[in-house]
Amino acid sequence: MASATAHHDDHPSGIMRWLTTTNHKDIGTLYLWFALIMFFVGGAMSLIIRTELWQPGLQFVNPDFFNQMTTVHALVMVFGVVMPAFTGFANWQIPLMIGAPDMALPRLNNWSFWLLPPAATLLMISLFVPGGGPAAGWTLYAPLSTSGSPGMGMDFTILSVHLLGMSSILGSINIIATILNMRAPGMNLLKMPMFVWSWLITAFLLLAAIPVLAGAVTMLLTDRHFGTTFFNAAGGGDPVLFQHIFWFFGHPEVYILILPAFGVVSQIIPTFARKPLFGYVSMVYATATIAFLSFIVWAHHMYTVGMPLAGNMFFMFATMLIAIPTGVKVFNWVATMWRGSMTFETPMLFAVGTVFTFTMGGLTGIMLSLAPVDTQYHDTYFVVAHFHYTIFGGSVLALMGAAYYWMPKWTGHMYNETLGKWHFWLTVIGFNLTFFPQHFLGLAGMQRRVPDYGLQFVEFNQWSTVGAFLLGISQILLLVVVIKCIKGGKKATTQVWEGAEGLEWTVPSPAPYHTFATPPKIR
Amino acid sequence: MSAANGSYYLPSPSPWPAITSAGLFTLALGFILFMNSIAAGPWLMLVGAAVIVYMMIRWFGQVIDESEGGLYNKQVDLSFRWGMGWFIFSEVMFFAAFFGALFYVRQWAVPWLGDTELLWPGYEAVWPTAGPKGPMPISPDTLAPAGSFSPMGAWGIPAINTAILLTSGATVTWAHWGLLKDNRAQLITGLFLTVALGITFLSLQAYEYVHAYTQLGLTFKTGIFGATFFILTGFHGLHVTIGTIMLITVLIRSLKGHFSADHHFGFEAVAWYWHFVDVVWLGLFIFVYWL
Repeated sequence: MASATAHHDDHPSGIMRWLTTTNHKDIGTLYLWFALIMFFVGGAMSLIIRTELWQPGLQFVNPDFFNQMTTVHALVMVFGVVMPAFTGFANWQIPLMIGAPDMALPRLNNWSFWLLPPAATLLMISLFVPGGGPAAGWTLYAPLSTSGSPGMGMDFTILSVHLLGMSSILGSINIIATILNMRAPGMNLLKMPMFVWSWLITAFLLLAAIPVLAGAVTMLLTDRHFGTTFFNAAGGGDPVLFQHIFWFFGHPEVYILILPAFGVVSQIIPTFARKPLFGYVSMVYATATIAFLSFIVWAHHMYTVGMPLAGNMFFMFATMLIAIPTGVKVFNWVATMWRGSMTFETPMLFAVGTVFTFTMGGLTGIMLSLAPVDTQYHDTYFVVAHFHYTIFGGSVLALMGAAYYWMPKWTGHMYNETLGKWHFWLTVIGFNLTFFPQHFLGLAGMQRRVPDYGLQFVEFNQWSTVGAFLLGISQILLLVVVIKCIKGGKKATTQVWEGAEGLEWTVPSPAPYHTFATPPKIR
Repeated sequence: MSAANGSYYLPSPSPWPAITSAGLFTLALGFILFMNSIAAGPWLMLVGAAVIVYMMIRWFGQVIDESEGGLYNKQVDLSFRWGMGWFIFSEVMFFAAFFGALFYVRQWAVPWLGDTELLWPGYEAVWPTAGPKGPMPISPDTLAPAGSFSPMGAWGIPAINTAILLTSGATVTWAHWGLLKDNRAQLITGLFLTVALGITFLSLQAYEYVHAYTQLGLTFKTGIFGATFFILTGFHGLHVTIGTIMLITVLIRSLKGHFSADHHFGFEAVAWYWHFVDVVWLGLFIFVYWL
């Protein structure tokens, strides 16, 4: 392998290396740094929100800017952090895990990444144009996003969403082609690591969902500027139509955010429990089932808009079905740990933390799936708490676990375990302090997306704001750990973790620029 | 290059993806400014489009050279097949959003508007409609006086266009058979006929659009009927245009002697794409023009 890689190691240096690279490891690194930077951008926005909510009344920002912050915070975190970060892990890990020399379509891979910075730039410009950024919420509901947003900030957002969508579609095509066509001989589909499986299914979700979002925002754009009436009843259209199309994308989207996290957890827990994953095949089927169900539950976001009763009933029962495959996964993780010889290095802490907090979010999800109950909870802080438990407590904690898990393989150094553990505990404490009280706020009736609130909500809001700042500031530790790990530290072995299994742990640490130029043999 | 020993071809670092993104950014920025009536907009769009066209010529040119240079083995070929297949699937889902909108308004939104007697008294919620505040529909293909619009009937030019596209699907397959038999004349004749049929289709569509705007009172702004009609047929027309350009490229490559009976995925990708726009048209003909 050494001779095969030596002559191909040449690449331009400096910025040109990163602009022109076709190497999956370089591109993975680009995705991950992009996501980390956007994590701090989106996090700063959430701290603006929490600062305003420190006490009732308006003191720090005006309501329109508050709405812009909730909107852009969400768009940045969904499209700029979680999706690119998982794509970064996919880029780094999938070829290593299936024994492929690179991604199937390397130039397309580079393009998928380089669509992101222009898209993020458009979104950021929107905050500075006359009329300000998008303030309609990340769901961009018409007419808030049409006649309700006359400024050009919404146009910047829509075009930004188009570019983000292109990036996701092209990235997914590449991941599917890689997994289906680049596996080492002997690695049949049911020998693939769970992370690879979860990404294969996620990529299909992306291909089916993202183009629908593109269609939805295109109709917003024509309603805004070309005189159409898709979402205007005076012309025979319907604003609820937008909600249907948006959530046809939006619900698969939230599984796009969580399924790769399930994959990560399914890699980390067996390693540190030193046992194979319990119920591997059922995990595969559960993931596929969740993916299928995600396409027939979208209107559970719309119980309160006034649907026919049969519609509410169908979407309610279909939604509750999702608890079954999700439960299969949670029980499989627990069974994997059962009687394992467990150790709790930082990746394991994050993985177990993910299982805990995501399960909480899943349970509040079942509460929200009940149409009559949701009528009470809709658009309250209960919903905010619910989806932060799934997206932060699920996806982001898993992302951090994945970073600690694979960083030694990428950098060749062990990260600082003490700092890592501090990072974990401060993150989970800050996170729970921020979002746990929001359950009570929502149940008591505090509306989301409003910068003011009643006096009775003060105490929980102040806990929440304190938690948010703790959570935000402790992420600086993550940056410190990553930089320290790149710069130096204890040498990582090839296997890195005692219980680690899989092809990525057979290549040296740090992984050479090119790996598996000749495919490995799978037993 | 690592293809020398027949292993998977990994391209060297390439400037084209980043250049494409820069071009797209310029195009998007220009489009935003254009929609908001800022003078620099169209110029920026022009620059962005020029960068993208230049990139396509160079990037695709490089891919064609690599393909003709024998750098792509069977495994690379299969990656392209998966890639193109799932790209077309994503396009299907893009059209699904607009078909979904059409079905939703016809099945639910418009009938519900007719039920709200208090809000829109006297509104007759029957498809085709431009909504309670839009112009009144009259019978298809008739000269529309002010305040009314006439939907486009199915059995005039749209039916002819259906025949044209279906025929073009047959001619491109006939060209493919020629390629498989190493019959270059059949390949080139088939492709030429397909391109000619594609251009005929587009010309007839353009004629219909002018007819709709000038005589039928049917525009993009004609309520929900005009919106769904033009967004569906418009995006379809755009895809036929792209497909025709792709066919012309493949025709030129065939004239240059590219493709062989066992290595011609460039041709097949275009043929797949062409069949895809054909199938979308059938959906359009049935649900937009006919029913």
